[in-house]
Amino acid sequence: MAQKNYSFWSLLQQGFKRQEGWDQAWRSPEPKASYDVIIVGAGGHGLATAYYLAREHGVKNIAVLEKGYLGGGNTARNTTIVRSNYLWDEAAMLYEHSLKLWEGLSQEINFNVMFSQRGVFNLGHTLQDMRDIERRVNANLLNDIDAQVLTAAEVKAHIPMIDASPNARYPIMGASYQPRGGVARHDAVAWGFARAASNLGVDIIEQCEVTGMLIEGGRIHGLETTRGTIRAERVGCVAAGHSSTLAKMAGIRLPLESHPLQAFVSESLKPVLHTVVMSNAVHGYLSQSDKGELVIGAGIDSYLSYAQRGSPHVIEHTAAAIIELFPMFSRVRMNRQWGGIVDVSPDACPIISKTRVKGLYFNCGWGTGGFKATPGSGNVFAHTIARDRPHPLNEAFALDRFHSGHLIDEHGAAGVAH
Amino acid sequence: MLKFHCPHCNEVREEEEFSYAGEAFIARPAAPDGASDAEWGDYLFMRKNTKGWHWEQWLHSAACRKVVAVKRHTFTHEIGGCWTLAEGKRIYLEEQA
Repeated sequence: MAQKNYSFWSLLQQGFKRQEGWDQAWRSPEPKASYDVIIVGAGGHGLATAYYLAREHGVKNIAVLEKGYLGGGNTARNTTIVRSNYLWDEAAMLYEHSLKLWEGLSQEINFNVMFSQRGVFNLGHTLQDMRDIERRVNANLLNDIDAQVLTAAEVKAHIPMIDASPNARYPIMGASYQPRGGVARHDAVAWGFARAASNLGVDIIEQCEVTGMLIEGGRIHGLETTRGTIRAERVGCVAAGHSSTLAKMAGIRLPLESHPLQAFVSESLKPVLHTVVMSNAVHGYLSQSDKGELVIGAGIDSYLSYAQRGSPHVIEHTAAAIIELFPMFSRVRMNRQWGGIVDVSPDACPIISKTRVKGLYFNCGWGTGGFKATPGSGNVFAHTIARDRPHPLNEAFALDRFHSGHLIDEHGAAGVAH
Repeated sequence: MLKFHCPHCNEVREEEEFSYAGEAFIARPAAPDGASDAEWGDYLFMRKNTKGWHWEQWLHSAACRKVVAVKRHTFTHEIGGCWTLAEGKRIYLEEQA
């Protein structure tokens, strides 16, 4: 018999049957001629959107189209950090909504996303860093988000291997600390949402690229794809780096630039780092995965690119930053390096919005920090599509803010590191 | 690693000497005082973000500190040419025509 629910008992049962009775985690159906809602992009955000549409808004007939394979884009090309300590109210509330969903996600979708609240440190290396940290921590506390200001000695007590000596090139002066922050397993997030959505009847169609949009009288009626025409009166685009390409099909311009963001993992080590460390001033961030690899990231390559690779000097810069913080990692060998294409918006905040084409919605502009928002983003975007009006949490993230001037400027506030 | 021929220095130099300075030839509204919020927002924020051949500016920041117009493919990273802004704009406008 097919195994639907993952539990201790199902594991035990399957243990006696050579693990051969497990069902495929999600179905691979042929596309139907029409759907109520189509989501373009089967990354974490797209799949979460489909899941919440089916789960919370009772939409029955949903398809998720993916030009490559499921979770093969940025969902599996990030450094998996989850936190919500943003400065501005709008951003903080959105990311906090997401963090709250993370906290119950494994149970909700019956899939272990390995969400581990191991805490996130944002280091300060200058007096200005420390002033910004105190301001941000105070803003977080006013928004009921856990945050603490730590001194250099307290940072050293938490993370003994860090170089906290006053003789360092960029001495550590302190940090902000969010204990509820942490990491999750990124592939599992995509797979878990895919399975949960598929169980609710969502059709996930891989190897299906959108080539055009059927728009008549200012309204969307469907999509042209490499697997034929699929009709739908509502379409949500969640295509990260390729959002501009999709928007162009509808004659919409977006304030986005697509850049490569590189990351690396080392070979597996014994447990050395039990938390997440980020630094804007030396510009790098790292954590250790449950497999023992150091997961390392830094800033975007400066230029526009769709190539999923970047320039080598960025790798050098990142490695230098990590060794500045942790001299003991100087001889660790790197295992893999990759680049994801991130859609950077002018204010480092996402666009979750209706457009001037009726029935066409965009969720994009997450830039370098989208992973942490996966469940929250899907949750509010599903609301936006189902009700044709934004959820209170994403009202401020409309596309028209670039004409009204109501930007949510997290650039300086959240810093470059995500 | 990208390599650009700087038309001012007349030498091929590596990417690290340059700073990316965004999409090239974005037209500023001719009468800024009369421009609507939409026109002004478009000018400030909206970008072509082309997948394919892209006209962009690179500042030769570690050398002559002049701006170079570059035509570069954003998927293959192939460089179609590097010109001064004036020359580049002429070729760009010919392409658009």
